[in-house]
Amino acid sequence: MPQRVDERVADLGVEPIGVEPIPAEPIREPVGRRPPRMLLLLGLVACAIASIPLVYLLVRVGSSGLEDAVTVLGRPRVPLLLFNTVSLAAAVTSTCVLVGVPTAFLLARTRLRLRGMWTVLAALPLAVPSYLAAYGWLAAVPGMQGFWASWLVLTLVSTPYVTLPVMAALRAGTTGLDDVARTLGRRPWHAFWLGTWPQIRPATLAGALLVCLYVLSEFGAVALFRFPVLTTAIQQAYGASFNRNYAAILATVLVLLAMVIVIAEQTARGRARRRFGAVTGVARHRVVNLGYWTAPSMALLSVVPTLAVGLPVAVLFARLFEAETLRALDPVELGQAIFNTLALSIGGAVIAVLLALPIGALAARYRGRLVRVIESLGYLALGLPGIVVGLSLVFFSLSVLPTLYQTGFVLAFAYGVLFMPKAIGAIRSATAQVPTSLEDVSRTLGYGQLQTWWFVTARLARPGIFAGALLVAVTAMKELPATLLLRPTGTDTLAIELWSRTDVSAYGAAAPYAAALILVAAVPAFLLSGAGRGRVDGTAS
Amino acid sequence: MRTFRRSLILSAGVTALALTIAGCAPAGDTEPSAPSDAAITSDGELTLYAGRDEALIAPLIEKFTEDTGIKVSARYGSSPELNALLLEEGDNSPAQVFLSQDAGALGSLANAGLVSKIPAEFADLIPAGFTSEDHSWIGVTGRARVIAYDSEKLSEDEIPDGVAELTDPKWSDRVGFPPGNASFQSFVTALRVLEGEEDAEAWVEGISKNSPVLTEKNGATLDLVNSGQLDLALINHYYWYEDAAEVGADAMRAQVKFLPGDAGGMVNVTGAAILAGAEGDPDALAFIEYLVSEKAQQFFVENTYEYPLLPGVDAPEGLPELENLVNPKLDLSDLESLEQTQELLAQYGLL
Repeated sequence: MPQRVDERVADLGVEPIGVEPIPAEPIREPVGRRPPRMLLLLGLVACAIASIPLVYLLVRVGSSGLEDAVTVLGRPRVPLLLFNTVSLAAAVTSTCVLVGVPTAFLLARTRLRLRGMWTVLAALPLAVPSYLAAYGWLAAVPGMQGFWASWLVLTLVSTPYVTLPVMAALRAGTTGLDDVARTLGRRPWHAFWLGTWPQIRPATLAGALLVCLYVLSEFGAVALFRFPVLTTAIQQAYGASFNRNYAAILATVLVLLAMVIVIAEQTARGRARRRFGAVTGVARHRVVNLGYWTAPSMALLSVVPTLAVGLPVAVLFARLFEAETLRALDPVELGQAIFNTLALSIGGAVIAVLLALPIGALAARYRGRLVRVIESLGYLALGLPGIVVGLSLVFFSLSVLPTLYQTGFVLAFAYGVLFMPKAIGAIRSATAQVPTSLEDVSRTLGYGQLQTWWFVTARLARPGIFAGALLVAVTAMKELPATLLLRPTGTDTLAIELWSRTDVSAYGAAAPYAAALILVAAVPAFLLSGAGRGRVDGTAS
Repeated sequence: MRTFRRSLILSAGVTALALTIAGCAPAGDTEPSAPSDAAITSDGELTLYAGRDEALIAPLIEKFTEDTGIKVSARYGSSPELNALLLEEGDNSPAQVFLSQDAGALGSLANAGLVSKIPAEFADLIPAGFTSEDHSWIGVTGRARVIAYDSEKLSEDEIPDGVAELTDPKWSDRVGFPPGNASFQSFVTALRVLEGEEDAEAWVEGISKNSPVLTEKNGATLDLVNSGQLDLALINHYYWYEDAAEVGADAMRAQVKFLPGDAGGMVNVTGAAILAGAEGDPDALAFIEYLVSEKAQQFFVENTYEYPLLPGVDAPEGLPELENLVNPKLDLSDLESLEQTQELLAQYGLL
């Protein structure tokens, strides 16, 4: 589709002379193309599964009646909760973008010593559960509370959600268009804005969406910092009131908020695509020499990992040595917890990817109202607190598959439902980058649709699919509220063991479990960082 | 060739995964069927939902297994969450016994018709007022509401003897409590029962005007006092003793004041219920019997600093006599009107 290049170059105000024709075909314009029925069916099934929590909420809200809902929403505290939730989500999301995009640029496009180490460090905050980071900060700075404390800690732990996809987009993208702009006399920043930003904008939006939904559903850190938001009120309502309907009404408000955000992101992404087309072209990178920007860059790269990982770990270990009554560490218990954590989170990742594959493939290749609805519903679970998803699956598995209730399968399934949105984005963008011409070649060679998908599309999109799975696994390892409700009786994960120890102020005893959790979760975080591969081609232009 | 090898690795991986997930299953597989066949004869196994911290209660459960040979599958969680879980599970719950940190949770299960009666031979061991009147659950230990205070800023005689004084403007910004916590809500209900609706409402209004520090949990509230960020906290007494056990009593900046006779110093209980599906289950009954035995009551005294409810077992050292704390005018079974309390708290923006 050469007119896309024309379009882009038209932005620069010149004729497209000297621009290489784009070798690979960008995403096919889906107008007039209907998704294959099988794919649509699989997408609908995945979307139905993802909607279980939503159906549960509707049943609960329905049983409480409209009058109750009005009373609950009229409570004096509700506007405050809503305001706090929205402002925290907005603040954390924008800071994550402001920190994550430059970090990604430094990691992908500059001449950097020890790039691998910095990349791993940038991904490492993913391994730290927000409640643990919050606890570490609270122990170090006892006065921390409220909005700014929550903003700081949530920003620290969720910046990688922006950094990682943007870094991947920068690696896959090209600086060729910047060069065109530069030769036409644009200043470097302006050239970046015209040439590179359009390529990383979808990845930035996808990352921002993950951060925003994560903040909406987050409970641990805001509770520790005593910042009242919808999730803390939901937890409280389940907690002491034994009134599940009040909780369900508040959770529905949260779902509506999440829906607005998902739709906003879709709209923004759609506009970007119309304007700039797909990210294609010769993948050539010009490497930036940092010069006297080296010191500020190093500072930027080290601040997030130090504050997000270094500080909480240091505090916990200080507590470990301080504690007077040190409960003996049972290595068998620890080993068992590590094994359970790994098995359950890997299981969850596999389920999440299976659910996300049809949705991601649909969203990458086709447009239209139905596809949009399927994609939006796929994202919603991420905006719900774990306890709602947990209870909805208690409800669901007891009424549909009672024999599976309180088995590892239902818990892994819950992880799949909760975190499949994290895989959707990765799968969607990876699939979108597979040229449809290759699929056409495969079809002309006589392969069927499914074979083509498996041998061509999935194969080429594999890094993205794998990244999605890793992201799910690392999140599932840290998950607590749904794990508490759904785990098989007697099965403990690292997060559970950690929780049961911090709950009685036995912080010293919690330290080994916290360390184990961070170490275990650091492995997928390390793999996600892609350190060691994707080196910048220093010879380009 | 390379493709083939990759496919092989992939399928091996998937198989391994399937096996690991399946491996997680057996632990839970047996539970759901347990209640039905356990109704008459003992199967030597018990599924317990324990709304208490594992570190505090697990040693007692181990002793129980040692003494009786009954294997216990214990599911630990916070009482409210387990309560929400039990309500969601309804009649399908794999649990046979629920040990709750709070009597309110047990009451809500009883109201939902999810518990079976505790036989009189055990229920009658616990004095009236500390256990349910209709034997729908049994009281196990007692805990008193106290005011924790910052001993570096305040001396004991500056601390009010009752919660009424806390609405005085001089305590503005200085009092903290967890409004969502069941024990706190029980206290407000006690206030309504003892002082009447009007006075209770006046108190809630007064305290909400005093911009209290709202927290999620008792423990976190005590931490605020202990670190000098808050002057007074309304909590349960044993949180202080648990913290003191971890860091040493001398290191505690917070101190506690008991409030005998005041609604704010009421004594609430921890209790246990046999779930409806386990009616007559000998293993469940054995566990209930064990909880109110002298041995278990002594365990609670020594390990969790709670008041034993079995007559003849002495309270933890250093605590005021339970008899002096108990308000004779207050009957715990009058504390069922939780919803009105919550509406009251919500009306003044505390919930």
